[in-house]
Amino acid sequence: MGGMHGLGPVAPEPDEPVFHHDWERRVHALVIASPTRGNIDAGRHQRELIPGPDYLAMTYYERWFAALREMLLKGGAVSAEELASGRADPAAAKATPRLSAEMVAAALSRSGSYLRDDPSPPAFAPGERVRARNLSPVGHTRLARYVRGRIGAVERSHGAHVFPDSHAHGGGEDPRPLYTVRFMARDLWGPGAEERDSFSLDLWEPYLERA
Amino acid sequence: MPHDHPHHDHNHGQEPPSDIALRVKALESLLVEKGLVDPAALDAIVDYYETKVGPRNGARVVAKAWSDPDYRARLLADATAAIAELGYTGGQGEHMVAVENTPATHNMVVCTLCSCYPWPVLGLPPVWYKSAPYRSRAVIDSRGVLAEFGTELPAEVAVRVWDSTAEVRYLVIPERPAGTEGLGEAARAALVTRDGMIGTARL
Repeated sequence: MGGMHGLGPVAPEPDEPVFHHDWERRVHALVIASPTRGNIDAGRHQRELIPGPDYLAMTYYERWFAALREMLLKGGAVSAEELASGRADPAAAKATPRLSAEMVAAALSRSGSYLRDDPSPPAFAPGERVRARNLSPVGHTRLARYVRGRIGAVERSHGAHVFPDSHAHGGGEDPRPLYTVRFMARDLWGPGAEERDSFSLDLWEPYLERA
Repeated sequence: MPHDHPHHDHNHGQEPPSDIALRVKALESLLVEKGLVDPAALDAIVDYYETKVGPRNGARVVAKAWSDPDYRARLLADATAAIAELGYTGGQGEHMVAVENTPATHNMVVCTLCSCYPWPVLGLPPVWYKSAPYRSRAVIDSRGVLAEFGTELPAEVAVRVWDSTAEVRYLVIPERPAGTEGLGEAARAALVTRDGMIGTARL
């Protein structure tokens, strides 16, 4: 939704608590503890599948909850009957939780990495001018609409990272070179924008072409 | 069930109907009954995000960067490693980049695509950061959004917006406020605000 007008003022809340309701605590914890954890891109895609009008009307944790239910179903962790009744199928085998209380602090403070070995060298170097391709995939992508077709400059090369467009859809990690690309305000928003302002996005190589 | 459509009244982040609380409780009970989650682990996860991570972690990073030039250099060169030196690691902080405000440049962070945020140093994001108004307007009306936070910047100061579209997470190092020369690191850390490290505020 980057670059849309008309979605209202930002409303900061003084002394905001981490969670506003106990059910938000439980949703946050369930998403982290449940067997659907492990593919962050699939989770993001699931939340994007919420129809737009519903998405805008829902709070953040309502979206997390809706997506968690769908992910549990899709992953076969629960059946539709179990979700509807709230009771486990007595014939189903009982699983062992992925996380115990003792494991939590270590698991949450462990840093994974999205960086992968990639035998092919990156196509672009810092300083090079690139155009964000004008692509309109139906599925998950991290190519923000507001830069599609626009020209920027490569600012930093991050090595090859897990590629969400593949990873979200069961296509494996398919690591691709990742770059920070900087776009100047007037190239994105026209002559009314402040000349000095700029916008940096992290974009994978398949999103880019030489300009 | 192709889509989950909760049939409750949506009221944009105010007091939600208790119906969702019941639905969440029902799902938790089901997952516990199936042996998929351990309720004690859920309590531990909540405790971790309510007490172990939060903006005070980031404030320590910033205060150290203000106070120790070698640390500042390490932070700017490899923020992930420099932040890990202070023990702040974990999910949503795997690939950190620190961006430094100067008299000529003001940095501001957003995630227009979802709500990516550097959990190990700032904790979980506030509701406004995750909201459609911030996600949409931080890029097309950055200065308008900054003004709503009371941050009015002259045109000579370049605004640099960092949109966290991958797994790289950004931490803004605010300018050290004037008159803080004599303060120690802990006293300086107390001056660093969450919004200062997101970049919607100056200190």
